[in-house]
Amino acid sequence: MKNLILTVSAVVLSTAPLIAQQTSTSQASAPDISAMQQQIKDLQERIISLEGQMRMLKSAPPAASAPAGATVQQPLPAPTPPAAQTQAAVIAGAEGQTPTLGGAGGSAAKALNPDISVIGDFIGALGTGTVPALAQQQPFPSMEMHESEVGLQAIIDPYARGDFFISFGEEGVNLEEGYITFTALPKSFVVKVGKMRSAFGKVNMMHNHVLPWIDRPLVSTNLVGGEDGIDDAGVSIQRIIPAPKGIFLEATGQVFRGDSGSGLQSVFKSWQRSDVSTVAHLRSYKDVSESTNLDIGLSYARGYNDSGASFLTNLYGVDATVRWKPLRRSIYHSFIGRGELFWSQRQQFPVEQRAFGFYTSADYQLGRRWFLGGRFDRSARSKFANLTDNGGSIVLTYWPSEFSQIRGQYRYTDYAENRSANELLLQVIFSLGAHGAHPF
Amino acid sequence: MEHLKFGPMSVTCMFLLLAVCLGAPAEAKKLTVVTATTDMAALTQEVGGDRISVESVARGYQDPHFVEAKPSFLLKLRQADLLIVVGLQLEIGWLPPLVTQSGNARIQIGANGYLDASQFAEILDIPTGTVTRAMGDVHPLGNPHYWLDPDNGRRIAKGIAAKLGDLDPADSSYFQERFQDFDKRLTTAEQKWDAEMKPFHGRKLVTYHNSFPNFAKHFGLNVVGYVEPRPGIPPTPSHTLELIGLMKRENCKVILVEPYFDLKTPNSIARETGGKVVQYLPSVGGEKDVTDYFKLFDYDIALLTQAFQATQ
Repeated sequence: MKNLILTVSAVVLSTAPLIAQQTSTSQASAPDISAMQQQIKDLQERIISLEGQMRMLKSAPPAASAPAGATVQQPLPAPTPPAAQTQAAVIAGAEGQTPTLGGAGGSAAKALNPDISVIGDFIGALGTGTVPALAQQQPFPSMEMHESEVGLQAIIDPYARGDFFISFGEEGVNLEEGYITFTALPKSFVVKVGKMRSAFGKVNMMHNHVLPWIDRPLVSTNLVGGEDGIDDAGVSIQRIIPAPKGIFLEATGQVFRGDSGSGLQSVFKSWQRSDVSTVAHLRSYKDVSESTNLDIGLSYARGYNDSGASFLTNLYGVDATVRWKPLRRSIYHSFIGRGELFWSQRQQFPVEQRAFGFYTSADYQLGRRWFLGGRFDRSARSKFANLTDNGGSIVLTYWPSEFSQIRGQYRYTDYAENRSANELLLQVIFSLGAHGAHPF
Repeated sequence: MEHLKFGPMSVTCMFLLLAVCLGAPAEAKKLTVVTATTDMAALTQEVGGDRISVESVARGYQDPHFVEAKPSFLLKLRQADLLIVVGLQLEIGWLPPLVTQSGNARIQIGANGYLDASQFAEILDIPTGTVTRAMGDVHPLGNPHYWLDPDNGRRIAKGIAAKLGDLDPADSSYFQERFQDFDKRLTTAEQKWDAEMKPFHGRKLVTYHNSFPNFAKHFGLNVVGYVEPRPGIPPTPSHTLELIGLMKRENCKVILVEPYFDLKTPNSIARETGGKVVQYLPSVGGEKDVTDYFKLFDYDIALLTQAFQATQ
């Protein structure tokens, strides 16, 4: 802002003698006035152009300041008259005097900082019922600061961006995701390298704070690793495949170290370097109309499990999402119907376990701030395929603003051991700072 | 003989090989431009003529803050030679993931095919002092609804013409000629619009969202309040009562509402104040007939002059 004031002052000061000279000579004639008006207009245009350039400089990502092969084009000013060149020199001098900000370095250094955000996720629980020992769904305590997710996101260079999501529990820290995305590869490939949530279905890719529920579906917990899901270090390659009739097709292939989940929720375990796990996902999407779209995906994952060094787990998934959002009233009403079906084929002693599970859910936006949803769950357990849990939930969410949510969820679970639980869950999510938008 | 085994790596490789084989992008002859909003598309069309193809991601009647980042937009973005954004964080909630996922190196932020049009325009409402979200969904870099000033339209068109010439030097003079022609037509239209609005210079009005400052400044109107208590925060009863009081004190009778907001609160304010609700268009394409930048001002100025006359 100081720079802006200096810019404007410099331009005004440099024109003042000019105006004074013209007014002092004689009564200005009509052509003189017209010329002066034009001159003032030209100067106004220059100020607007300079302000724009300053905004671009202030908000420029690192990529823009190191343009190797990808240059940023600033607006080309008209040929500069000598007087204006002097002004520009004054302005440049003024801009050179960058203010020191709280001892934390110059403003340019701060401009290169990544976008930093923190998302708090508080969960409270009420209700009855004890969870059977072999159940994979864990109960929530009466109150907990379930997660504090710190996001650090920035453009690294003209070829890549970086995203880190570090999840703090009340005790302990977990790198939920931390990866580089190469965005400038030939043949339209997008490659990610680092630790990431795998592209196995829909829910597995979602961070807690973007779920429409407080918990995750039973099928995620029982077959796909629960809250952490298939989240591992590796490489992901994705590409859009041209398809007819406006259909969007995208193929993703991922290779991971082979460790996902732990304890009862363990999905993959790497016993040696060659025990990598793989995930493949094919996504198809079609706009049915301007307001309605359909999203269908097929997923496959394969890796070694914790039963022993040569025991494999194969996972298969189908997901379908239908969305409705009328564009003219998109901030008031919308509907999302989701469903995911998973099959788990787990080799273990003494016999391979073949388990199936699914969830189906519907969420309707009642008004600008209110959402009502429901979910039905049914899933066998990956290690005990003869044990099937059932459940259902009703969810009501209130959004005070885009940056906070208050959610209540009534959850009924009927465990395979003939035990049931009735729970009331409460969640408050709040967001600080600049958190980048999540993929659709 | 051993059976052929498909290891995990080979499954993944085959999957990606399929993606490469099926993906041979067609050579585009004309420059393909994708814009975030219809207004930028309209201005690009003015200077680009038939040497470009241009398409907008958002529709003119939807809230540009809340556009869904649909995968179908990726199909457009992956072919684009140039992406023009409004900037000032208007599209922050939906455009960045689309750009990242597009796999199109030309339009990544900082690349030559990424153009932030806000750099050319006069920007108002740049917050001074501390900016917090207690102020609502405030834009720290200034108000992003800047295209509703014809002078900014001219500046943006000039910047776009220069960028198109930079990407397609062979047609550079064509784009400059188109800009000169647009400039002339806009100057003539501005004289007409200024004359139509002159009788209402200084008139007070209220808008739902703070999306009107550039229009108001250009045509000498006075925006005294907003239906939203803070940008992006829905109306509250207490704020609505305050606004009704303010409008009565200021003798303000016109309430402008963008086409994507609910009319319930504005209508009740109008009933209390004897005012008039006007559903104006902030963007080209907000109505079927409003197909270009000139028609946008024709439409809004006709609505406003009628409303001001009706509430003299």
